[in-house]
Amino acid sequence: MSEQREHVTLEQDAILTKKKWLPHPFLSVNMLLIWLALNNASMGHFVLGSFLAIGIPYLVQAFWPQAVRIYRPMLLVQYLFLVLVDICKANVIVAIQILGPSKKLKAKFFEVPLDVKDDFTITMLAGTITLTPGTVSAELSPDKKRLLVHGLNVESAEEEIELIKQRYEKPLKEIFECSTRSS
Amino acid sequence: MLDKVIMIASVMLAIALLLSVYRLFRGPSLPDRILALDTLYINAIALIVLLGVLQRSLIFFEAAMLMAVMGFVGTVAVAKYILRGDIIE
Amino acid sequence: MAVFIEYLVAALILIGATFALIGSLGLVKLPDFFQRLHGPTKATTLGVGGMILGSILFFTAVERTFQFQEFLVSLFLFITAPASAYIIAKAALHLKIQHNADDSTKKESNDSNTSE
Repeated sequence: MSEQREHVTLEQDAILTKKKWLPHPFLSVNMLLIWLALNNASMGHFVLGSFLAIGIPYLVQAFWPQAVRIYRPMLLVQYLFLVLVDICKANVIVAIQILGPSKKLKAKFFEVPLDVKDDFTITMLAGTITLTPGTVSAELSPDKKRLLVHGLNVESAEEEIELIKQRYEKPLKEIFECSTRSS
Repeated sequence: MLDKVIMIASVMLAIALLLSVYRLFRGPSLPDRILALDTLYINAIALIVLLGVLQRSLIFFEAAMLMAVMGFVGTVAVAKYILRGDIIE
Repeated sequence: MAVFIEYLVAALILIGATFALIGSLGLVKLPDFFQRLHGPTKATTLGVGGMILGSILFFTAVERTFQFQEFLVSLFLFITAPASAYIIAKAALHLKIQHNADDSTKKESNDSNTSE
């Protein structure tokens, strides 16, 4: 047990020695914005918020080896609007399905094979699937290759998988994982 | 007029709360009960936001924020307990 | 103008309350657990979202105080709703809840889950 711990601390030391400022610029900007929103935006809070937004990522960077990189910010904005519209549609569809006769619903599990590899991208995809029409992501396989999804009313699983891959996975892949990158 | 609308909405939310409490007591399985608790706290947030509009007071949003944070942590803690048999790993 | 905004706020609040009610109705009405999972995660999120939007509009137009905090509540709920749905679904799969769907994928994943 103690050997193991020693090993871990050694590894951590190796990471800690090459600390750098602003390891996650995107996260820092978000932290500052949320700090300003939580408190009333004033000059003092701006300074305190900047201090925290730079200091906290600096101190915890050993736990977050992977930085999120956005390759196409405009597409991200477009994607967020797409998801927002889809959430509204999903709500109406699910509401009608709930109010209608529940015997007619064809609930089903199906598995979506994943092309995206980053943890963050998979998280975004799973979140999007849960928030949009009649589907909830239930489990990720241990090798991160397949996502188990439960649909409330599924006519054919193939169509749903195709829809998810085309509509959500493709833009996410372009935004967060550049297709030319070799990871 | 707005006050009447808020009253109607509050009654609807109260019915929603009662329905989730029904599922909480009835719920055949443990995840059903967790889901009912999850719904319960989200509906309670909605009720508190409504109360804030009715009283024209901004202080209720702090309460709503706090409930959103704590409710999520509670849901995850109980679900983790089912998954691992231990709350804090 | 103020009357128009009041109507808009009232409409948003009623829409939010309706969706919250339908979400809880789904929680009671739907026959098996994984179907019940759909009601609250979707309907309730938009329910609270609509209500918060209504109250932001109300405080901005009537009380003349814009509070960004309220956005944070709905933002936080939008981020956490999938996470809690996912972890509840995972817990249910772990306990092997009965459901009506005919499938082989679920059994398969259960096996992989227990062997993990």
